[in-house]
Amino acid sequence: MSNDYRILNTRAPRVDAVDKATGRAQYTDDLSRPNMLYGAILHSPLAHARILDIDTSRAERLPGVVAVVTWRDAGTEPYGVSPARYDETIFCHDRVRYVGDEIAAVAATDPDTAHEAVRRIKVDFEPLPLVLDGRHAMDDGQPQLHEQYENNICAQVHWRFGDVEQGRREASVIRTDTISSKMQDAAFMEPQAVLAEVDAQRNLTMFSSTQAPHYVQRTLAMALNHPLHKVRVVKPAMGGGFGPKASCSTAELATCLLALKTGRPVKFTFDREQVFLHSRARHQFLHTMTTGVRDDGTLAFLEHECILDGGAYASFGIATVYYAGSLLGGPYRLKNMNYDGYRVVTNKPACGAQRGHGAVIARALFEIQLDRIAEELEMDPIELRLKNVMDAGETTCNELFVSSFGMREALEAVRDSAAWKKKRALAGQTRAEGKGIGAACGFFVSGAAYPIYRSKTYHCTVVTKVDEVGGGVVVQSGAADIGQGSDTMLAMITAEELGVSLDDVRVQAGDSSLSVDLGSYSSRTTLMTGAAARDAARDVKRRILSAVAGRIDVPPETLDLKDGCVISLADPIDFSALRDEYLKEHVGFSDLPDSPKLSFREASRIAFLEIGAVVGTGEYRPPKLGGSFKGAAVGTSPAFGCSAQVAEVSVDLETGEVTVDRITGAHDCGFAINRTQVEGQMHGSMMMGMGEALMEQVIYDEHGRILNRNLAEYKIPTSLDMPQLDALIVESNEPHGPYGAKEVGEGAIMPVIPSILNAIHDATGVRINELPVTPERIVRALRRKSVCAK
Amino acid sequence: MKRIISLAVNGVEHELAVEPRRTLLELLREDLSLTGTKKGCGIGDCGGCTVLLDGVPAFSCLTLAVQAEGCSVETVEGLAGNGRLSSLQRAFVEDGAIQCGFCTPGMLMTATELLRANPHPDEREIRLAISGNLCRCTGYQKIVEAIRHAAEADHE
Ligand code: FES
Ligand code: FES
Repeated sequence: MSNDYRILNTRAPRVDAVDKATGRAQYTDDLSRPNMLYGAILHSPLAHARILDIDTSRAERLPGVVAVVTWRDAGTEPYGVSPARYDETIFCHDRVRYVGDEIAAVAATDPDTAHEAVRRIKVDFEPLPLVLDGRHAMDDGQPQLHEQYENNICAQVHWRFGDVEQGRREASVIRTDTISSKMQDAAFMEPQAVLAEVDAQRNLTMFSSTQAPHYVQRTLAMALNHPLHKVRVVKPAMGGGFGPKASCSTAELATCLLALKTGRPVKFTFDREQVFLHSRARHQFLHTMTTGVRDDGTLAFLEHECILDGGAYASFGIATVYYAGSLLGGPYRLKNMNYDGYRVVTNKPACGAQRGHGAVIARALFEIQLDRIAEELEMDPIELRLKNVMDAGETTCNELFVSSFGMREALEAVRDSAAWKKKRALAGQTRAEGKGIGAACGFFVSGAAYPIYRSKTYHCTVVTKVDEVGGGVVVQSGAADIGQGSDTMLAMITAEELGVSLDDVRVQAGDSSLSVDLGSYSSRTTLMTGAAARDAARDVKRRILSAVAGRIDVPPETLDLKDGCVISLADPIDFSALRDEYLKEHVGFSDLPDSPKLSFREASRIAFLEIGAVVGTGEYRPPKLGGSFKGAAVGTSPAFGCSAQVAEVSVDLETGEVTVDRITGAHDCGFAINRTQVEGQMHGSMMMGMGEALMEQVIYDEHGRILNRNLAEYKIPTSLDMPQLDALIVESNEPHGPYGAKEVGEGAIMPVIPSILNAIHDATGVRINELPVTPERIVRALRRKSVCAK
Repeated sequence: MKRIISLAVNGVEHELAVEPRRTLLELLREDLSLTGTKKGCGIGDCGGCTVLLDGVPAFSCLTLAVQAEGCSVETVEGLAGNGRLSSLQRAFVEDGAIQCGFCTPGMLMTATELLRANPHPDEREIRLAISGNLCRCTGYQKIVEAIRHAAEADHE
């Protein structure tokens, strides 16, 4: 693609890459403070029990222990993610609801003492019966986890779009299929860490590995009853989030409480086991879908039911149950869709958001259904999809408007790049046994159109300030770079707009005191914060150029900033008077400008001399979007990303072992601000999806304890598991995104699981409807097939 | 009872009193403030804490500080000589092998040893070498490419 950008759309290295490559980047656990205390948390060993008594006296007496806190200090006011479902308290007071539920916290002078103190806290429990199976949590007679959730139903959705009965009459192929998955862990490499400190005015500053400083700031203030303006949340360098770090955690709340109580800095870092216990990761999904297709392969209807096992608390789960239904509205033309979703609570760690929030397993089943229907119609599965994909300008049955849509291009790109037709034609003939190829598509929001609390808040603001000494530019934003590269995106946009080099831009971000920014979730940052950064930079540019224009008496519109200089769009300009002024200020400096052009350094200094502070601002708030039905807000977005993927696998028909040989993915990101980073998001999505398809599952025993709470037994793909990954970028020029850009961080995971599952079917002739598709499940299915064939 | 040990970290000699059960990871991060080495698990599963112990990759979370007595330890902070990035560091930066960067220090140490022992690794050898270093962001694609590019750059 050719364009006039100098910096955008390139492969510029990330602005934080050198610091990360040299060990200089500071993550939360790398921070320390003089006089700092260390925190530790007491987790419940039982999955469901009444608390009869908590005795902390032996812990308090231990030398080195400075504070012990329980619900008596924290209170019992509920908090949570969605105001409609505040169901957590900082510490349990009358009941524990999962193994890991937090009961008390300690601050001590060293970590060992803190852990010993936790061991000395005595809790008397009265065990209660458990609900562990999400399938049966709603049944009558099951133990109830929360008073406010009748039949353990935390949220339910019932949607009717179009006329499914009419669709049924039109359909010539109708089939019903199911899929079930297991709870998963996001397995980011950096365990959650927190450092909290309080100053003499009771200003609380918390450094935390969080995706959403603003939401966390609000939750801390609310749950700790501390003035909102005296709570500051700072996100240092961060080792991944993928969703679970978007909600405020007990680790954050307890550490702040301890800092407030002791007046000393307190640091607390999860060990890996606690990451699993805290979870807030992928729900367990149980989907049933009936899909009907007309003779010609066009979709007639979808009837969809889903139960989500969400663990003990709501967390982000209300959004999850809505997303599980709403995101099947695209990328295909589907006029008739019913959805019934139930999100239930069980005595397991709470689930929340994870990459591809709510929609990943639903997408998997739907794409598998399309393959099975194609088979019945004797159509090529990609042809069937091409027949149904939406185009830009269309609206889904649940009123999602797609303003740009490269779905067709993406699908054709993977088809051609992976030589689909040729490889598919070999099926059943000369192809080696156990080889298979499969395809799938996906659809995802590019930023939630509504915040999680009811408000007409701007979703972000950006302040861009030019150094008053001239030359440098600072971008200030509350956006959270969690590893996806949003700081680099902000720097690139700013440098492009101001015509300066990336080196001249410093990004200060991830700090709630800099701006309101809703955070890194729902793939919103490039579209929203990127737009605000663009506008802030343009605002600054306008101020600089009008100040300079005023000095040389030309209309500001005749000037522009380019390649680090002021250029004239009209007649050549003599800048020598301004140059002299600058030189006089800098006697003794050696790197002074000497080209005939006026440098950005001079121009920005002159602007300061003329107008004082040179500051530009930008903000973003989506327009009103979505229908008026209940829950219409979830799934609405200013833009939608879409993606297609082809997976090639080899299955050992004896052992059931699957090797993924190659993945070819194409994603429509609207416009790639940074091509390398777009590919990186696609690669990471492929890896996470592949792990979910083939190996990842949190395993519980009958007491609700996680059996595999470490990274040896909870398997994620290693470098040996991963194949060659080919990432193809599709750019559809999104009208609502800055420079045409929209999401890539989550949408790219959508087609991964179904393309692999479809490839496994192509290779083996068997369908597995339980994730992950382990070798045992394949072998069992192959045996069933051979028994049936006899 | 603390023991006095001496060891060289990135070429600098240190003499320290350590508890016998203190890990090398704790010694590096807490006693020497070399926080570049990361703890992703503490039990030998993730590779985030990889350092070179007398030139050999070791999980510093599973290595007791006292075991490093008399050893030469290399960490990510020692890779850039005189502020110049090593060719591996440069390739990681330029090829986009770094996203969140939490796995990067361990990856770089493992890859540094690989290229010392085998200056021309093929893709399989690269994947094998880093298979004990988990990365959740990159799918390993750009890490493998960066290591290959660094090997090529070293021979130009
Ligand atoms: S921290 Fe040492 S291997 Fe994970
Ligand atoms: S870059 Fe994030 S874990 Fe590797």
